[in-house]
Amino acid sequence: MREKIIELQNITKTYDNGFTAVSDFNLYVKRGEFITFLGPSGCGKTTTLRMIAGFELPTEGKILLNGKDIANLPPYERPINTVFQRYALFPHMNIYENIAFGLRQKKMSEDVIKKKVKKVLELVDLEGFEKRSVATLSGGQQQRIAIARAVVNEPEILLLDEPLGALDLKMRKEMQLELKEMHERLGITFIYVTHDQEEALTMSDTIVVMSKGKIQQIGTPEDIYNEPKNAFVADFIGESNIFNGIMTGKLKARFGGGEFECVDDIEEGTLITAVVRPEDVIITTPQEGTIRGTVTSVIFKGIHYEIVVESGKNEMVIQSVRAPKVGEYVGMKVDPDNIHIMIAEDNTNYFMVDINSDHRLEFNGKILDTSVTKIIKGSRRLENGSIADSAGEVIDPQRTKISAAIHPRNIQMTDDISAGNVDGYISNLIYKGDHYSYVIHTDLDQDFIADDEYLWNMGDHVGLIMPVDKMTFKLVRK
Amino acid sequence: MIKQLSRIFILFVLVILYAPILILTVYSFTNATNIGAIRGFSLHNYVTLFTTPELRDMIIGTVVLALVAALLATILGTMGAIGAFYSKRQVSSMIDTLNQVPVVNADVVTGFSICILLVVVLGISKDTFIPLVIGHVTLCAPFVYLSVIPKLKQMDASIYEAALDLGATPQTALRKIVIPQIASGIVSGFSLAVTLSLDDYFIATYTKPATFDTISTYVVNATKGAQTTIKTALWALSAVIFVIVVLFVVVSNLRAENEEAAD
Amino acid sequence: MHALKLTRKSLGIPYALFLLLFVAAPLIVLVYYAFTNGQGQFTVSNLTGFFTDPNTLGTLCYSFAIAVTTTVVCLLLAYPTAYILAKSNFKRKSVVVMLFIMPMWINFSLRITALKEILTLIEGNLAYYPFLNAVIGMTYDFLPFMILPIYNTIVKLDESLIEAAKDLGADERSAFFKITLPLSVPGIVSGIAMVFLPAMTNYVVLDMLYNSTYIMGSLIGSYFAAYNWHGGSMIALILLGIICAFTLATKGMEDEDGSAAGGALL
Repeated sequence: MREKIIELQNITKTYDNGFTAVSDFNLYVKRGEFITFLGPSGCGKTTTLRMIAGFELPTEGKILLNGKDIANLPPYERPINTVFQRYALFPHMNIYENIAFGLRQKKMSEDVIKKKVKKVLELVDLEGFEKRSVATLSGGQQQRIAIARAVVNEPEILLLDEPLGALDLKMRKEMQLELKEMHERLGITFIYVTHDQEEALTMSDTIVVMSKGKIQQIGTPEDIYNEPKNAFVADFIGESNIFNGIMTGKLKARFGGGEFECVDDIEEGTLITAVVRPEDVIITTPQEGTIRGTVTSVIFKGIHYEIVVESGKNEMVIQSVRAPKVGEYVGMKVDPDNIHIMIAEDNTNYFMVDINSDHRLEFNGKILDTSVTKIIKGSRRLENGSIADSAGEVIDPQRTKISAAIHPRNIQMTDDISAGNVDGYISNLIYKGDHYSYVIHTDLDQDFIADDEYLWNMGDHVGLIMPVDKMTFKLVRK
Repeated sequence: MIKQLSRIFILFVLVILYAPILILTVYSFTNATNIGAIRGFSLHNYVTLFTTPELRDMIIGTVVLALVAALLATILGTMGAIGAFYSKRQVSSMIDTLNQVPVVNADVVTGFSICILLVVVLGISKDTFIPLVIGHVTLCAPFVYLSVIPKLKQMDASIYEAALDLGATPQTALRKIVIPQIASGIVSGFSLAVTLSLDDYFIATYTKPATFDTISTYVVNATKGAQTTIKTALWALSAVIFVIVVLFVVVSNLRAENEEAAD
Repeated sequence: MHALKLTRKSLGIPYALFLLLFVAAPLIVLVYYAFTNGQGQFTVSNLTGFFTDPNTLGTLCYSFAIAVTTTVVCLLLAYPTAYILAKSNFKRKSVVVMLFIMPMWINFSLRITALKEILTLIEGNLAYYPFLNAVIGMTYDFLPFMILPIYNTIVKLDESLIEAAKDLGADERSAFFKITLPLSVPGIVSGIAMVFLPAMTNYVVLDMLYNSTYIMGSLIGSYFAAYNWHGGSMIALILLGIICAFTLATKGMEDEDGSAAGGALL
């Protein structure tokens, strides 16, 4: 067991304008570890890194480096160095001066500096570049110099803020391997920030998935991929099919229009979120499948096909090396080991809505009166009523999918079947203290969860009124 | 502490920049003939400013000259910028270099050299206003050129070709595609030209007709003279110009904010 | 394709001709006049005259002294101002910055008139302090031209460079002297170009402040008043030489935009 090198305790960062970038962040990093903060932009990962570096001071909490609180120390007094996103090489100094900068601050003798610069240039494979100016280097070379300039100071921790973001794909792949190798060779603790999940999975010992200023999950790449803790992590790491569902018995769960066997022992009647990775869905004959549906699209992706199967109102994305035909009726099954069940957090209902031929949103044959242009970023409605995206291309309703979300408390249950957006039979109810939580099984083979303070009976046929202003929409794919 | 000090410093510099003009503005509303002794409130300076024909002619003359020179400079400078942008390297770098001469040169030298060429060598009379207008265009056009060139460089080169591809003639493409793209540069070039011409003293002195005065030449001569009524009327002029400039800045700031809000 | 390219290019012809006629030709005429006498004969006496007459040489030195002092004073006032403005987080930063630029748009002769009234009030007789008044007048006139380019350079400076310096162990002070200051040199050079030369030549500022001392510009003015085109041309040529020397000396130090002087106005 290696010792903790740095520990963040209850770190919160709130800006003057009231925005909280990071809240109650707790984490420790072991000496020599390669740890990655992963999350979409605005999740607080860079802010956290900048607090470790000392460019920002936390509003609350402690940062312990080898047990000593450094939260309020200026950056120049921390034995931590940073590789900046766009390198931040000093343009008025040559490579030698850039690398020597930190050593000069420590008042080292010129002889020592010369030796160290030479050695670190060898490390990054840029021997003899001392006299070159920054402007003459390629992006990849600047990147290496930025790394050299940081590691030459022999920091206890090296912070890397999306260091590969400005490089092209091929260069990025190369640098990933090189950084990993450098980490092993130097034995320095690396704290790495990225929004690229693949990069995080390839390089890290430990990944910290962040969203909205909070840690969602900490774990090894395998843990994070195979056992996502919540729907956000599942969605963010790799591609996933995410369903709302319910436990229907011991090691049995219903979601996506079928009852699946699973390995998670959760109490019957618990509302769940189920995650199935596209590569874990097995296409089989309709008889053998747990659920069945019609293939709506098959796209060749180089090493596999991406297949979309529509089953009732559910949609399953599948990766397979063998492609069925579009329109084919197929069965689908999933190995129990590959079904990841999480206890649902807020029971939000997710469902797919269509864009009809008039370019209006439609669900269950009823028009949802909302602006499509607001959902698709940068889009606008053309004179003929169709929608063009930010690039000016007309959107094909057939190929555009929009997912809608609505919270159970915003769904109203009614006897008047035709008044609802959708109707179904109550298949489960739980008393939640001040209201009942109902599971309504619809003809579309989809379960909706609705909250209501009145008691309905099991098996009642009800309509569900879902106000469009309470829904949130997200463009899934086009 | 450091924050306080820097605020005080900023304030100090602002006082240096504004104290004279503000004090003069205050005094323009009194009947004082010198700064220091406050006497009664009076608008007589403003009455003099707007009723004395000599002053009125001088102001109108300055503005007309500025507008004419700025307009000519804008046309010439914009055409020059477009031409240079699409020309071969040698040609455009020659235009660039020559364009830079009046920019870095001292106004005294520019004015003097134009005077020698036009008046002494070519014998054009200053009373024709030709040397004055040419002088001011020479002063202003390079700045128009410099504000248009960056807009041309920022422009997506293929949109001109796209216009041709869609059937526009080169003239139409230029008018409907290129000009709108660089319009902001042309406008800022024009306003810069107006300010330069309004502010100029030296070129006017060396090229103007003896009977004509711009604000600058008039004020410089008036300060040398001892006519108190004129001197204090000019305080009123300072106040008026100061208010116009402030209004202009406020309006353009509000417009910029509105545009931001509209986005 | 060839024909339509010609149309675009030909737009530049009027301006190119204009520049040749009214920028290049006057300079050539200037050279000719500088090296001829009233009879049109070649002579170097204008040149040798300038460099042997103690009066003109004195004026040259005095101009330099005023220009250097003005430039230094402007720089000392402008750099901190520009730095504070660039680093500040005022609510309406653009308005505050505008305050420092606005004086440029008020006619300089009116501003100097205002200054003259204030100085008269303080000093009584302006004639007692000619050098001081010249520097005050020039500084008052040119300060915004120094602030603006320096501000533009500092505000564009990549903040991560300063963070990188601190990250590598530099404290506030050494980060400023090793990173911010060297990287604001282009702005400083532009500012100097905007101030130094006018401070050597703008003699009306001195005239308006009842200043009887002479700077280089005053010499041209008095030759002009005496219809001595040859002497005036030689002074103009010497000034041109100084400009060229300055431009060559600062080559490569200006902004990428390449417009050392004038760039500040845009």
